[in-house]
Amino acid sequence: MKKWALLLGLCLACTWGWAGVTLTDDKGRKVTIAQAPKRIVSLLPSLTETVCALGRCKDLVGVDRYSNFPQGVRKLPQLGGGLDPQIEAIFALKPDLVLAASSSPGTERLAALGLTVLQLEPKDQADAVRVVRMLAQALYVADPELVIQQMDLEFAQAKALMPVGARGKKVYFEVGSAPYAAGAASFIGQTLSHLGLVNIVGPELGPFPKINPELVVRAQPDVVVVADSSFSTLAQRPGWGLVRALQDHKVCTFSQEEGDLLVRPGPRMGQGAQLLARCFARLYPKGQTP
Amino acid sequence: MRDYVYQRPVVLGLLLCTATVALVLTGMLAGSTGLDDWHALGALLGLMPADADSGMLAQIVWQIRMPRSIGAWLAGALLGLAGALAQAVFRNPLADPYLLGSASGASLGVCLALVAMDGSLVAMPWLARLGLTGAAFVGAILAVAMTAALASGMAQTLRLLLAGVVVAVVLGAATSLVLQMYPHLLQSMQGFMLGSTAFVGWDSCALMLAALLPGLGLAMVLGRWLDGLALGEQTAASLGLPVQPMRWILIITLALATGAAVAHTGLIAFVGLAAPHITRRMVRWGSRHGVLLASLMGGLLLVAADLLARVVIAPRELPVGVLTALIGGAYLLWLMRRHKQGGGVS
Repeated sequence: MKKWALLLGLCLACTWGWAGVTLTDDKGRKVTIAQAPKRIVSLLPSLTETVCALGRCKDLVGVDRYSNFPQGVRKLPQLGGGLDPQIEAIFALKPDLVLAASSSPGTERLAALGLTVLQLEPKDQADAVRVVRMLAQALYVADPELVIQQMDLEFAQAKALMPVGARGKKVYFEVGSAPYAAGAASFIGQTLSHLGLVNIVGPELGPFPKINPELVVRAQPDVVVVADSSFSTLAQRPGWGLVRALQDHKVCTFSQEEGDLLVRPGPRMGQGAQLLARCFARLYPKGQTP
Repeated sequence: MRDYVYQRPVVLGLLLCTATVALVLTGMLAGSTGLDDWHALGALLGLMPADADSGMLAQIVWQIRMPRSIGAWLAGALLGLAGALAQAVFRNPLADPYLLGSASGASLGVCLALVAMDGSLVAMPWLARLGLTGAAFVGAILAVAMTAALASGMAQTLRLLLAGVVVAVVLGAATSLVLQMYPHLLQSMQGFMLGSTAFVGWDSCALMLAALLPGLGLAMVLGRWLDGLALGEQTAASLGLPVQPMRWILIITLALATGAAVAHTGLIAFVGLAAPHITRRMVRWGSRHGVLLASLMGGLLLVAADLLARVVIAPRELPVGVLTALIGGAYLLWLMRRHKQGGGVS
């Protein structure tokens, strides 16, 4: 009997010792996750999407107010935004894992309250893949490669959708009306170059620079990509009537939901690339030489 | 007798105008590639032969750079004028054009307009252009009216200032609340709150000029009133000046000037406060020419800030409001040190 107890104890000690993964998050903190999390709070839309892509949507118990995909997460309690998380509401949900951006404030408080907080912030395409692998480890998901393969496949499909006539076209991608551009150094810029397009905002200007609006007129992009909410104001900007892409209606606009695909470095990035590719296929139909 | 930089206002006025013209001309060269478009200017003035690129450049200079520089000057001049009026009316050196809640009112106006246009922007493109400027304008005027109503008139300066602070805080909170409900508007609003000269066109210039000319004219005509007010309300009243009506007229003028500037360039910081102070330290202050000089100074400040915003990290841009604070603040500090013996802030 004593022997058995000892053996059982040893076994428990073994599993105790073996169980748990320790990860270093983007804040440089070592985070130990003892067992597969069953109550997850995600405070960043791209992380919410990644959790669901890994098949663990059912374990989400709360999200931030910007998380809107997949549909099901809209029914979950909203716990503020990434920049203003509601500490009390999060704590009340008793999550065993809180996912947040590395820039998110309030995570110190959450950790001090005894919650396990993992801070990840995907910045570009390679980073999004790294985050998928890391989250898979944190969530005890055996095979993240399926998700990554799906992303790769969607990117490849997007590339195949691109018409020959659109290759090497100069693109201006506006992310904000100040105007802020998506530069070649951003993950949107990476998507553009993956599709064989040339960004008029070079990598030396940083990922999302506020540019002199004159730059767009000078560079004369072949195609302008912009949210449809600010499209109607483009031609009214001083001097932008001179932009030939606007004169010739060589414009790709996207709705807010479509914009989520384009601006979130998450598992649906490949779908964002497809969205762009389909627009270029409309602008440069086959058999029509530009 | 203080040691002024310029004893005669005319000299300072001419100097400010010359500097402005020089900066506007430099602004024609300053584009997305930095300060290197000599050819463009040459071609525009007919000094150099035109080539394929210079046609486009000429259009860029004419449609983007010129209205931008001139618009920056006009907005700065409006803020300088409003600042000088505010300091005279409230007899308070810390008064600025945003004091009576006009800035918060304009912000709320823009914010509500953005919310209202969210769904129908494509349907009514003209509204987008006119709507935002109009909303800022109406918001600024309504806020000032609200301040006046709260203070039950313009009679007591302290009451008025306090009401202005309350209105500013309440309207600011309302804006934050609306943004909380429509978080996707945050980015557009941030652009407005930092101030920007990036999209000033000829139409904006025309509207700002239409506000500046009568405002300046009125201030010049009412210069005697301003001098009277500077002596204190009782003295002014004993001089036979119509204190209450003139306060109303001056405050409405100041609200209109502020609204016009804010509607086109957003909340540009510090020009309205700094321009009158810098002017006051350079030349003997008399309200009539003081207001005009403060206006010219405000214009010069903003033209310089706009130019730097474009050039320093071209083709990226710095927020113009940051530069007005840096240039104006640094210059004002230097002047204050220089006049240390001259007495306190006046």
